Amino acid sequence: MSETRSAKADAYENEAETETKSIVLVGVGGQGILLASEILAQAAMLEGYDVKTNEVHGMAQRGGSVMAQIRYGKDVKSPLVARNGAHILGSLEKVEALRFSDYIRPEGLAVVSTQAIMPVTVSTNAASYPTDADAEDRLRRAFPRLVYIDATRIAADLGDIRAANIVILGAISNDLDLPPAAWEKAISLSVKEKFLEANRRAFAAGRDYR
Amino acid sequence: MKRLMSGNEAIARGAFEAGVTVGAGYPGTPSTEILENLVKYKPDVYCEWSPNEKVAFEVAAGAALSGARSIVTMKHVGLNVAADPLMTLSYISVEGGFVACVADDPGMHSSQNEQDTRNYARFAKVPIFEPSDSQEAKDFLILAMQVSEQFKTPAILRTTTRVSHSRSLVEIGERASPGKSVGFTKNPSRFVPIPIWGRPMRVRIEERLKSLQKLSESSPVNRIQWRDRNLGIISSSIAYQYAREVWPDASFLKLGMSYPFPDALIREFASGVSSLLVVEELDDFIEEHVKALGISCRGRDVVSGIMELSVDRLRSSKAMLEGRDAAEPKPSPFSEGLPPRPPVLCPGCPHRGVFYALGKEKVVVTGDIGCYSLGAFPPLNRMDSILCMGAGISMAHGMEKAGEPQKVVGVVGDSTFFHSGITGLLDIAYNHGHSTIIVLDNRTTAMTGHQDHPGTGRTLMGEATLAIKIEDIGRACGISRVNAINPYNLEETRQVISQEIATNEPSLIVSRAPCPLRERKKVGEVRKILAEECKGCELCLGLGCPAIENNEGGPRINETLCAGCGLCQQVCPAEAIVCGVRA
Repeated sequence: MSETRSAKADAYENEAETETKSIVLVGVGGQGILLASEILAQAAMLEGYDVKTNEVHGMAQRGGSVMAQIRYGKDVKSPLVARNGAHILGSLEKVEALRFSDYIRPEGLAVVSTQAIMPVTVSTNAASYPTDADAEDRLRRAFPRLVYIDATRIAADLGDIRAANIVILGAISNDLDLPPAAWEKAISLSVKEKFLEANRRAFAAGRDYR
Repeated sequence: MKRLMSGNEAIARGAFEAGVTVGAGYPGTPSTEILENLVKYKPDVYCEWSPNEKVAFEVAAGAALSGARSIVTMKHVGLNVAADPLMTLSYISVEGGFVACVADDPGMHSSQNEQDTRNYARFAKVPIFEPSDSQEAKDFLILAMQVSEQFKTPAILRTTTRVSHSRSLVEIGERASPGKSVGFTKNPSRFVPIPIWGRPMRVRIEERLKSLQKLSESSPVNRIQWRDRNLGIISSSIAYQYAREVWPDASFLKLGMSYPFPDALIREFASGVSSLLVVEELDDFIEEHVKALGISCRGRDVVSGIMELSVDRLRSSKAMLEGRDAAEPKPSPFSEGLPPRPPVLCPGCPHRGVFYALGKEKVVVTGDIGCYSLGAFPPLNRMDSILCMGAGISMAHGMEKAGEPQKVVGVVGDSTFFHSGITGLLDIAYNHGHSTIIVLDNRTTAMTGHQDHPGTGRTLMGEATLAIKIEDIGRACGISRVNAINPYNLEETRQVISQEIATNEPSLIVSRAPCPLRERKKVGEVRKILAEECKGCELCLGLGCPAIENNEGGPRINETLCAGCGLCQQVCPAEAIVCGVRA
């Protein structure tokens, strides 16, 4: 069976390709990257987009660097984001934002938590962690469009320190063409009832952050 | 209705829709979630974690001989364990549909090697299907089941990490009837491959391959997409998705059923394009065959077979193909000199105490596959070899028999012990060995996400069952020196390990404490370091605990991360580490 494509279909395909949005979420295993990725993907799906995501399981989850990738558009092929291909980079840890800084487009938005999590390589004196000033300087140079946000403190103030991931997601949402209703529904589909209110507030706090 | 599903969830859904009634497997990244999702369809489907892949394969094969539709799930290296039944199930054939769902791990995200399962299809002379997204994962499982039942052959569904763990939209369908009623029909010339009946089977599988090749040539899952005829690309699995993005205008031959090879389709496609390229991950499985057909093509010369492919890597391939410079993307200058963040043993991990104690002994440690592989990293540095499941035990014995001048300690996990450690232990007792074997029993299959096993007292179906004791198995294997230790008690752990290494008898030590990550609770009280008492000796840092930070101003304990295991308190000579973060 073979399919013959018209020039029109080709044009549509190329247009669709350029419209695919790519988002990369990074952090340390256990920070809730996967939940944030799930909510984003659900919101895009509810808006009728084709969606693909990718995430890491197994060995890499044990306290290592983790990344989730989300792509949505009319027709998404690769679930993986190419280097310099992400419209948005969300990071729950500041060094991880720098580590994956080559994923973002030059005009892309970076939403980075001020949180620092020391890797064991630092405590065993095998490597050193950048100072606060050095990290911030590098972040500002790496990401011309940077939202540098103390997501952990905001989440803690709202009553659930673990919702820092959702604060970051809220800040990211400002740069995506998905309506509030889709986010609201996606959060309620992905979060357990008893954590729902805290997560709604965390999302709103991130979205309103300036 | 469409749902967002991972490849593994979609395979489980496909099995449900295909009328599967039996699913067996052994956990292994990236395959584990197939069975975890399939069991959600109980009681329509019976699911079990078997002790290892060989057993799981045989359980599913038995079900298929009785006429039930079955699947077996495993990671790529699991098929090595199950290769024995695979090779002969191909001969004796199946009655109900039988699909082995095997997940490869290009890039070795969570594996010790990068083998390509497609070779097993040719080796065992069975059909293989390769989905490239979740919709295909579901559709191809259903198709594989139909093909298996129609041709009475076992079939393989091969995914990769990026197919199994990527999520995309899937159209949900209805469950088909499980098919024929279950009931074994005696037929020795079909099911008993002793030579007189086995030899005709050998001939029959070659005939079956010819019929399967005709199917491969006509199946809609192997399809030509004509676009620009200057370049034609043959591809399969996730590599197809990357290639479509890099060469949007090229013509494609997309292979969903990649073995038996659709020769007629390959010839038709090759003759319709000016130049031909094969884009495949890992081995040059398709390319080699295309060349054997006498068709010239590009492939391995521009597309690497080492580690997983990506859009970035294929862009380099495209540049090479077009005679341009294939400049590798430069790493960002902002990521230079950052501290590496490798995976580590979790705070409160019960394995830490054993590795710390082994660090005080002059021994060779033959290790095994599981979370405890992380004991090989600094600062613990206490694992000297890893081969495969169970080898921690048997290789210790082999080293000893070779005359290794150092004492040898074999280290294995609980699930791994049940998987393939028992026979090694039996060998040590039988053949006058005297290795010391430590089973790190954390009461779960931890690395793959906490699955049950014969020692946990629970089944995948959620039922209580007997919990097999590792000590009892050790004694039954003929080991008389059997000790159980609490790895959070460092003194006891060190004393028992030293004592058992010193004896010239085979010895089994069971280090038992449940994985705190599974228990979802702290081991004990969170600890803190009294800065005024700390002498800065940094002995606590030798534990490699992620909760002990040492940035500026000496070690301190991160109270959120600390699991309260108390090991640091036991190694601190200054008594500067105490219980309780706040009054």
